[in-house]
Amino acid sequence: MTNIKLGAAPPGVEGAGFFATSLDKVIGLARANSLWPLPFATSCCGIEFMATMGADYDLARFGAERPSFSPRQSDMLLVMGTIAKKMAPVLKQVYTQMAEPRWVIAVGACASSGGIFDTYSVLQGIDEIIPVDVYVPGCPPRPEAILDGVMRLQEIVKNESLNRRNTPEYKALLEKYGIQTNNG
Amino acid sequence: MDKLNNEILFSRLKDRFPDTILNTDEPYGLFTIEVDKSHIIEVLEFLKKDEELQFIYLTDITAVHYPERDLSIGVVYHLHSFVNKLRIRLKVFINGGNPEIPSATVLWKGANWMERETYDFFGVRFLDHPDLNRILNMDDMEVFPMRKEYPLEDPNRVDKKDYFFGR
Repeated sequence: MTNIKLGAAPPGVEGAGFFATSLDKVIGLARANSLWPLPFATSCCGIEFMATMGADYDLARFGAERPSFSPRQSDMLLVMGTIAKKMAPVLKQVYTQMAEPRWVIAVGACASSGGIFDTYSVLQGIDEIIPVDVYVPGCPPRPEAILDGVMRLQEIVKNESLNRRNTPEYKALLEKYGIQTNNG
Repeated sequence: MDKLNNEILFSRLKDRFPDTILNTDEPYGLFTIEVDKSHIIEVLEFLKKDEELQFIYLTDITAVHYPERDLSIGVVYHLHSFVNKLRIRLKVFINGGNPEIPSATVLWKGANWMERETYDFFGVRFLDHPDLNRILNMDDMEVFPMRKEYPLEDPNRVDKKDYFFGR
């Protein structure tokens, strides 16, 4: 006997030999369970993320088996640590190099709000330069908190529109950050 | 020859530069002299190249801002004489509105980055420096953040507004 729990199927019509549901739900389920993370770790939150990727907490259980380290093949940008203003253009370039669909988690106080670094040289939260989907509080957050952030992002991914990138709200959001949106 | 100490060092400097040294002090045993900006390179060169003194190591160049003073920027040099196991500090006070001072890169190549840092944070312009631009802060920063007229905190901070704390 195995004690592995299978994820719940999306609502749909079931009959002998078939199961019908909407494409949105299937794609959302697929995307949510294979979020390839791009760790952008600059300080102690990155150390907590290393524990999160390790065997004890095992982020791979959630389909995030492969940390990408290349923005081209990743879906979920995890910004962990203090972002100095000099680093801001680098972070923005990494974000713009990611292909749609893409999501961002701000891990820890510094990435979310600047944290204790209320000073001229530090960005007061990465949402000054890129849109953020989930904020994880903590200084640094425990691995459980990072996992909670990833699971919340999975809920967002499951339930959002398949074609979010073409919605006027999303385009307006990106344009507010000065990011190009002519991606078809 | 006696082992070099602060008294001998002071008399050597006094002999060589009778009118140049404006002030001396010895806080925590660190011999400190104040020099005019037109003579600072001469004094540094003497300290470095004198066969007895041999202050060959430039430990640091930095600055201090005293907004209430007439000469509001103090540029500070720390030198170290390895063979004599002795340190010296030199201070040069210059006009804060137009802070200009000759560059020490003619004596130490290593002064290059120290002077860039001092320019970056205090706006001190080191004349004849080979590449005087910002070194640590982002290039498009418009202020010199360690000068007291500029706020330390970032103005974009939202969660420290007074009304969150009932002020």
